[in-house]
Amino acid sequence: MTQVMRAQEKQIGVKKKTMKLKKYMPLILMTLPGILYLIINNYLPMFGIVIAFKDVNFSKGILGSEWIGFKNFEYLFKTSDAFIITRNTILYNTAFIMINLIVAVGIAILLNEIRNRFLSRFYQSIILLPHLISMVIVSYLAFALLSAETGLMNKTILPMLGLNEISWYTESQYWPIILTVINVWKSAGFLCVVYLAAIIGIDQEYYEAATLDGASKWKQIWLITIPLIMPVITMMTLLAIGRIFYSDFGLFYQVPLNAGALNSTTNVIDTYVYRGLMQLGDIGMSSAAGVYQSIVGFVLVLMSNYVVRKINSDNALF
Amino acid sequence: MNAENRMIQSVGHITMIIISGACLIPFLLLVVSSLTSEQSILSNGYSFFPQEWSFSAYEYLGKASEEILRAYGITIFITLAGTATSLAITSLLAYPMSRRDFPIKNQLAFFVFFTLLFNGGLVPTYLIYTQYFDMKNTIWALIIPGLLMNGFNVLLMRTFFMTSIPLPVIESANIDGAGEFRTFFSIVIPLSMPIIATIGLFQTIAYWNDWFNGLVYLTDPQLFSIQNILNRILTDIQFLSSGMADSRASGSAQQLPSTSVRMAIAVVGAIPILIAYPFFQKYFIKGITIGAVKG
Repeated sequence: MTQVMRAQEKQIGVKKKTMKLKKYMPLILMTLPGILYLIINNYLPMFGIVIAFKDVNFSKGILGSEWIGFKNFEYLFKTSDAFIITRNTILYNTAFIMINLIVAVGIAILLNEIRNRFLSRFYQSIILLPHLISMVIVSYLAFALLSAETGLMNKTILPMLGLNEISWYTESQYWPIILTVINVWKSAGFLCVVYLAAIIGIDQEYYEAATLDGASKWKQIWLITIPLIMPVITMMTLLAIGRIFYSDFGLFYQVPLNAGALNSTTNVIDTYVYRGLMQLGDIGMSSAAGVYQSIVGFVLVLMSNYVVRKINSDNALF
Repeated sequence: MNAENRMIQSVGHITMIIISGACLIPFLLLVVSSLTSEQSILSNGYSFFPQEWSFSAYEYLGKASEEILRAYGITIFITLAGTATSLAITSLLAYPMSRRDFPIKNQLAFFVFFTLLFNGGLVPTYLIYTQYFDMKNTIWALIIPGLLMNGFNVLLMRTFFMTSIPLPVIESANIDGAGEFRTFFSIVIPLSMPIIATIGLFQTIAYWNDWFNGLVYLTDPQLFSIQNILNRILTDIQFLSSGMADSRASGSAQQLPSTSVRMAIAVVGAIPILIAYPFFQKYFIKGITIGAVKG
């Protein structure tokens, strides 16, 4: 008796399941193109990291190539490149994170103080402009300034200051500063918009109370504005730290015009992987560097998210 | 108090004018350079105050512009096709994920989210697109790899659908006998124009500005977008000035667009976005804030 009932229940269950499937079929169909794209564009390459453990031979195909274990990684870490690209990537990103933060928060506070709403919005639009331009155009702007024979620096600014011309595209020591300036120029506006939105969201009553108590503007900024936007600052900064192993390929490849003489200060993991793959045809090394970046990057994202969650779970990604 | 305020206002305006100037001046240099005569550039360099103005760079572009025109056409095509496809597949994936009654919504959310945390990197991506999908030197290479859809946009759209489209609206449409697709296209999409406009705008800019896919997947100049042309011209200058500095006078140097023409092409590549910017800047700023807060 109970067996029959169970069988019936099971049948009903199966029916319910097929009914459910039928009901949700259109929704499932909707998701298919997107899922297919993510599989091709994201998941297949994830499995593709096995390439780094193989001696890729195109005549045998990628899957048929021989396994060589960690050999590619051994070669990579024996070279001085591994150290240079790791150092450059981390140092540049650390500088970018700190300078962008200070500049963006500073401008956001200033913009918020400006009474004239129209002008404030106007300034905001202008400082966001560099964010809209491709790195290729940025590299033209940099070239107009830095070109050895026709650049504004060499032809106008340096002579005005009584200094000698500098061959910018062959002397690597200037590039840490150049790249940092360009990075701030291009991305501080974006961060500033984020921080300004957070500042505008602060309840005006805090400031009214502080003004009644006679607190100066300076004090209000330090004791009200900054503490209240701290969650946003922490979140944006930790997100950036999670991506500290990745860099803006365009900035490090296009802007220095891929000049070999500048490699010691402009080569980062992304440019190393690109050059290895496209220019040197060294798939082993470049895929090993890519996997190194993916794995360390993944760990850093998890760690920074863990820290964000500890501080304020609302801001955590997961 | 009043004096303090007035001082803050003037210091604020002066600082912001300087910063805005720093953001704008490089563009000004670009435009002025493109309007400077070749002779002035060669003798005085790029400058804000050229000795001699000239439209010859643009005249040259107007005449010998078949290459540029085609590249422009390609950029417009990939921007339109890419943005449209992107919006379609992003919203189609995000909508079921937003439905609270959809049984596999959590699994899908993880599936999408994981792509933001971990990626295989350039080498496997390149090999998959070139070896298995034969995209090297096809127009698809400018549209599909990397740009077509990203998990972040999917999650943004899902959040919008969840918070802005009331479930009763969808349910009543279902009761009235509208199928899921019909509900989606005639009810959900019209109610979601703000997020569609925002993501569409970001995608448009991403496609217009993209040079990376062309750099990686294209060797055939026939398929170059305007950004790729710009890129090629600039690397060729570098090639000339580093490797062949002494053979500068020989023929190869003359085939390159002259110094002002280069800048004119850069102006032409940047100008559509700069002109459109005042009209879309409000949505752009709003989009950045949505992304930062909800992401």
